Amino acid sequence: MARFAMVIDTRQCVGCMDCVVACKTENGVPEGFNRDWIVQDVNGIYPTLHMEIRSERCNHCDNPPCVYCCPTGASHVHDLGGVVLVHHEKCIGCKACLAACPYDARFVHPEGYADKCTFCIHRVEKGLQPSCVAVCPTYCMYFGDLDDPLSEVSLLLTSRKYHLLLPETGTQPHIYYLT
Amino acid sequence: MNPITRRRFLKITGTSLGAAAAAKTLSVLPGTAHALEKAAAPSGVQVIPTFCDVCFWKCGALAYVRDGKLWKVEGNPEDPLSRGRLCPRGTGGIGAHYDPDRLTSPLLRRSSRGKEEWVEVTWDEALDYIAERMQAIKAKYGPESVALFTHGIGGNFLRHAVRAYGSPNIAAPSFAQCRGPRDVGFRLTFGEDVGSPERTDIANARCIVLIGSHLGENMHNTQVQEFSEAMAAGASLIVVDPRLSVAAGKAKWYLPIKPGTDMALLLAWMNVLLRENLYDREYVAAHGFGFEQFAAGIVDFTPEWAYPETGIPPEVIRETAREMARYRPATLVHPGRHVTWYGDDAQRSRAIALLNALLGSWGRKGGFYYPQSMDVPAYPYPPYPKSEKGKVDNPNNKYPFADETLTTGIREATISGKPYPVKGWLVYATNLIHALPNEAETICALQELDLLAVVDVIPSEIAGWADVVLPESIYLERYDDLNVEWFRQPFIALRQPVVNSPHNQKPNWWIARKLADKLGLGEYFPWKDIEEYLQYRLDKAGYSFDELKRKGIIRGEKQPIYFDEGVPAEFATPSGKIEFYSLQLAQAGFDPVPQYARPAEPPPGYFRLLYGRAPVHSFSRTQSNRLLMDMLPENDVWVNADVAARRGLKSGDYVRLKNQDGVLSNRIRVKATQRIRPDCVYMVHGFGHTAKGLRFARDKGASDAQLLTRYQTDPLMGGTGMNVNFVTFELEA
Repeated sequence: MARFAMVIDTRQCVGCMDCVVACKTENGVPEGFNRDWIVQDVNGIYPTLHMEIRSERCNHCDNPPCVYCCPTGASHVHDLGGVVLVHHEKCIGCKACLAACPYDARFVHPEGYADKCTFCIHRVEKGLQPSCVAVCPTYCMYFGDLDDPLSEVSLLLTSRKYHLLLPETGTQPHIYYLT
Repeated sequence: MNPITRRRFLKITGTSLGAAAAAKTLSVLPGTAHALEKAAAPSGVQVIPTFCDVCFWKCGALAYVRDGKLWKVEGNPEDPLSRGRLCPRGTGGIGAHYDPDRLTSPLLRRSSRGKEEWVEVTWDEALDYIAERMQAIKAKYGPESVALFTHGIGGNFLRHAVRAYGSPNIAAPSFAQCRGPRDVGFRLTFGEDVGSPERTDIANARCIVLIGSHLGENMHNTQVQEFSEAMAAGASLIVVDPRLSVAAGKAKWYLPIKPGTDMALLLAWMNVLLRENLYDREYVAAHGFGFEQFAAGIVDFTPEWAYPETGIPPEVIRETAREMARYRPATLVHPGRHVTWYGDDAQRSRAIALLNALLGSWGRKGGFYYPQSMDVPAYPYPPYPKSEKGKVDNPNNKYPFADETLTTGIREATISGKPYPVKGWLVYATNLIHALPNEAETICALQELDLLAVVDVIPSEIAGWADVVLPESIYLERYDDLNVEWFRQPFIALRQPVVNSPHNQKPNWWIARKLADKLGLGEYFPWKDIEEYLQYRLDKAGYSFDELKRKGIIRGEKQPIYFDEGVPAEFATPSGKIEFYSLQLAQAGFDPVPQYARPAEPPPGYFRLLYGRAPVHSFSRTQSNRLLMDMLPENDVWVNADVAARRGLKSGDYVRLKNQDGVLSNRIRVKATQRIRPDCVYMVHGFGHTAKGLRFARDKGASDAQLLTRYQTDPLMGGTGMNVNFVTFELEA
C-alpha cells in the first residue's frame, strides 16, 4: 500500500505561483480556474510581522467529506495512494462536494463536472512527480509515500515542525506545511 | 574612464582565447538522461529544447508539442540557468503563442499618429516604407539621425543592420532606466560590472543583504533558486525595504527603512565596520587603493547620525554590521538590478560595492565570482561605416561615466534637435511608453520623427504610436542568435522554433535581413538564413549545430571562478586596485567617497510612489498572456492599513492615484496592508495598458510609468531616478 502526501516548506516558498501555472498547462485547466493557489498569511503590526506563504490545493483527506456527500459515486478514493479523484462521466455537477470541502479546493469545470487537484496521478503512475512539485524553482515542495518510513516526506515530518490546514474539521488532510 | 570589456577581462583573467577555445564539451551530464527520457515520453509528444524569452534571463527550456500543438514548457535540466526548472513566466510562456491579441500582420498607419488606425500591408510594403524613409533621413541628415531602441538578444540582427546603415545610436532602457547605475558604481570600484546574469554567488553566501531588491517577487530564476538554497542551508538574511517584501518576510533582520535614505545606512554600516575593526584588513591592504582617504571620508557617519535619516535604530545598524562581518567573506550585499531610484544611484551602488570590498566578498566564495564563457567567434561581417558625428545621447560627455547609450539622451536630442536632429526611431521589443519616465516627453519626441517603426509581438502602447508595425514571431516560433553565456560554468544555448507562427509574423533575423536588402546593405547579411549563420559560427568554434539542436545547451568545462581557485586578483581600475577613493570621480568633479543627500519629503497628504515586480509578469510585455493574467489580472496599490483606515479605504476599493503634477491614473484596487510604511505606496509595474489592440489587458490596473512625470538624472551616468514622485488618492465615484 501507499499513502501519498505533499510536504511544503513555507520557509522556502516565495509564492511565485509557478505551481499554479504548471498545473494549468499540465492539466489543461481552463482560463479563470485553478486547482492550486497561493495564500500569504500575514500577522502583526508593521514592521513586526510574521508571514507564511503557502501553496494550497486539495488535501486528499483520509476522511474526505467530498466523497461521503457525493450522490453518484463520482468523487472517490483512488486505489493508489489514497488520492481523491472525480469520475468526470459520473459527475452531475450538483456541487454538493464544493459545499462539503472545507478547503474550497473544488470548482465546476465549464464542461459540467467537479474538478480539483489529482496529485497529477497520471504522472505519478509513470514515476514522475506532480507537475507543481517538479516545476517549483525554490524546491519547497515534496511528494511521496507516508507508508514508506524512509521516503523524503516521512523523513521531513520526523525532523521538522509542521502544521496542517483545518485539522479540527476531522478531515485528516495530507498536505503538510513545514514551518 | 577605463571600462573593461568582457573580451579584455577574458585576457586579464588568464583565460586566454586558446584556453577558452580548448574548453571541451562535457559528455552526458546528470540530468541529460532525464531530459532524454522525457523526450522519449508519450507518443504523439515531441520535446524540443530552446531558451526562454519571457524575461531576459534566457533560461534553457524544453517545449512539449502534443499532436502538433504547443502543450507546455519545462526547464531544461542541462541548462545551468534554469537547472531544469523555469519560473512562472517561463512555465506560462505558451500563453504568448496562443495570445488572441497578438499582432498578426504588418500594419501601416492610416490616420494621425497615436490614433491606432491601421491598414494591413504586405511585408514588402511595410519594409519598403521603412527603407524609403531611412534613405531619405540618411540623405538629408546623415545615418546617425536614425536611432534603434532594443532590448534582449532578439535585437541582435536589427542592431547589426542599424550599425551597417551607419548609426551608432542604439540604446536599451536596461541601462539608463534599470541596471546602469549599479554597473557604473561597481566598475568605478572594482573595474568590472556585475553583469547579467549577475555574478552574485547567492548559493554559497552565508549572509545575504538585500537592499530594496525583492528576490522571489523579482523572479530572475537562478537567483531565486539560489536564494532558496541559501535559505535552506541556514544563511542569515538582512532585508532593507520600506515594504515587507516576500524576502523580508523570511529575514532574520528586517530594516523598514525610510525611502531614499539607503545611502545613509550604507555609510553607517561601513563606519561601524571601520570603528569596530570588523572589516577584512588583509584583503583591503592587499587590494585597496585610497583606503585612508576613504576612512577619513566616512568618519562622521555614525549609526547615531544615520538614525534620524533612516529610522533604523543605532543598535540595529551595529548588530547588522556585525552580522555581516561574522560571515565574511561569504557575505553578499546584493547590488540589486533595477536601481534607478533617486538620481544618486551610481554613488549608492558604489557604496554597496565598497561595503562588499570591506567584507572582502568580491572574488570570494559566497560573494561575487568571476564568470566564465566559451569562445565562439562573431560572424565575420564587413566593417561598419564610421560615424563622423558620434553618438547623439550624451553631448560634451555631460554624463562622463555613461558607458552605454542613454535612451533618455536620444529622446532629449530628438526633442531639441541638438547636438543634431534625430528623425527616425526603430523600436524592438521595448514598450518605451512604459519603460521611460515622463510619457509626455516621449510623445513630444515622437512628434519630431519622420519615421517610427516598431517590431513587437503584441500591439503595445509604443506600437500604437508607430507609422509601421512589424509583427514578430514569439520566441517559441523562431531562431535567435546564440546565447554564449558568462556564468559560473560556461555554456552555449540555442533558441530554435518549436511551432510555426500562427499568422503572418516573422522572426527578427528575417526582418533585419530583408530590411538591409532594401537599404542596399545586402553585403552585411551574406548568409541565406539563420541556420547557415548559426552553423557557421558553431563550426568555427568547433561545436556541433546538430548536437546543440538536440540538447539545447552545450556546456564548457568548469574553470576557476574565485581568487582562491586561481583567478588573479586584478582590477581594471586606473590604480589597478579596488578604489576606495576614486581619483576618476574627483577629477570629474564628483565625490570621490560617497556622500549622503537627504531626499525630498512628500508634500502633505501625499505618499512616495514605489513600484516593483510580480513573479508572473515581465515589465509591460506579459499582460496579454492569458495564462499569466489568470495569475495576476490587475495590480493593486499597497497602502499601509492604518493610513487606509484613516482615509476610509478598504482592500478592494477602487481609487485613482493623482501625482504631484496632477496626472491621474487609471482606477486601481487598494490593498490595505500592514506590509508597508505609512509614508509610501507601492504597485507592480506594467499594468494600466491603454493600447486599443490590447483588448484583454487594457484598463486593468494602473500604470506607474504614467505617474512618473518627474525623474532625477544621475549626474555620473545619466540614469533616471524614478522613485521621486508622490501621489494621493482620488476616490472612485
